[in-house]
Amino acid sequence: MYHTDSKEKEYSIQTKDVHLYYGDFHALKGISVAMRKNQVTAFIGPSGCGKSTFLRCFNRMNDLIDNARIEGDILVDGVDIYKTNIHVDDLRKHVGMVFQKPNPFPKSIFENVAYGLRVNGTQNKNFIQERVERSLQQAALWDEVKDKLKKSAFELSGGQQQRLCIARALAIEPSVLLMDEPASALDPISTAKIEELIYGLKKDYTIVIVTHNMQQAGRVSDHTAFFFLGELVEFAKTKTLFTSPRDQRTQNYITGRFG
Amino acid sequence: MNQLEKELLQIKEKVHEMWDLVTFQVNGGKVALVNADKELARKIMKRGKKVNIYDIKIDRMCENLFALFNPVAVDLRWILAILKINANLERIGDTAEGIARLVKEADNPFEAELLQTTQVLEMYDAAEAMLVDARQALAEEDTELAKALIKRDKILDKINSKADKALVSYIQAHPEDIAQALKIANIIRKLERIGDQITNIAEEVVFYVDAKVVKHRQKNKRDKNRSKDKDNDTSEE
Repeated sequence: MYHTDSKEKEYSIQTKDVHLYYGDFHALKGISVAMRKNQVTAFIGPSGCGKSTFLRCFNRMNDLIDNARIEGDILVDGVDIYKTNIHVDDLRKHVGMVFQKPNPFPKSIFENVAYGLRVNGTQNKNFIQERVERSLQQAALWDEVKDKLKKSAFELSGGQQQRLCIARALAIEPSVLLMDEPASALDPISTAKIEELIYGLKKDYTIVIVTHNMQQAGRVSDHTAFFFLGELVEFAKTKTLFTSPRDQRTQNYITGRFG
Repeated sequence: MNQLEKELLQIKEKVHEMWDLVTFQVNGGKVALVNADKELARKIMKRGKKVNIYDIKIDRMCENLFALFNPVAVDLRWILAILKINANLERIGDTAEGIARLVKEADNPFEAELLQTTQVLEMYDAAEAMLVDARQALAEEDTELAKALIKRDKILDKINSKADKALVSYIQAHPEDIAQALKIANIIRKLERIGDQITNIAEEVVFYVDAKVVKHRQKNKRDKNRSKDKDNDTSEE
């Protein structure tokens, strides 16, 4: 399953036979997959299929759950993030995350984006200023907020708050961006903005997105993984998966004929 | 059955109704030709208007399904195939209508010898059978039958390619029947075209069921063989 050394450089995330248990519940059953750098991978599947659980393995978010136990290998940019003596804080600088509901801090717009830099010890004001501006620009929010950076983040609309959270994640320059249903709480216009953003961010980041919106997976991703009952049923180029899936379960799910 | 499946079923029913109309046009054409039945020929031409209405209706239903249901995978392939099958059925109907017009305009009943020597009725039989089998292949998702149909089109091509010679001989023997012979030549071309259109339908069945594109394959193979033959010829020289 593992690729040769030269190929490995092309992959940002590689997993081998990953199993995850919540107590007795076997949530992920032997997932092996390799995701290329600077590509968008979408995880789809019915609720409870394990897609968010798998996503949360990549920045060790599952460590926060007491009875969660993980087996197998997960390599992010070549480093085994469970077996190497890597500090979780360092890992999360490398692997940013955006959640379903926008969760800005009760601070100003500027401080939300600067937060990650400050907690990591950056003090240079000019550096912070530049990085905040660049991150807001990357998140396509700068033009809308440049005149009110000191205002509370809560004054922004839901869609703006979500882009602020993306800017906050980008400020610490991760190489991987995990997105757990980033547009499911947004209206179609804000959703379109997030999707446009994903196209643009792809050149600098590897993006993994969990989504229940299959059209969204089709629009934004290069590869799609379909999960069902903790198994990775099918992983293929998005175009292939949505036109001629190999597995009957994938076909049943994407055509709405499940159960 | 979910709403998408209900919508697909409605389109399927419309396609079958259209198929009935077109089958009548093709089969009736042969009867009208043999019996010089101008009334039947008129009926076939009139049926063309109904076929056109179905063509537009099915296109519209497919368009709505794309817009409202975002079909994917097998549903997407089916609806894409149906769009093309619909267009081909409509063309078959048009071609049958053209034959009916030739029969209607003929001054005299067609000579039995002319029909026999050109094998136009055999061509008709083959086209009719192909149309029936294409419908079955679609309904039963039978790709083996569809692939066999693609090969069977050769029967029509063969008769068509021999027709010129037969017609020239006939005209030389019966110079008074030139007008009739030219009409038969025209009908043979049209039947050959119907064979191609049924082949297109069969190719769409394979695409829908197996997600494989088989169109242009025969032609590509033929071209390759031809260029190979050409190369061989030159090397022998």
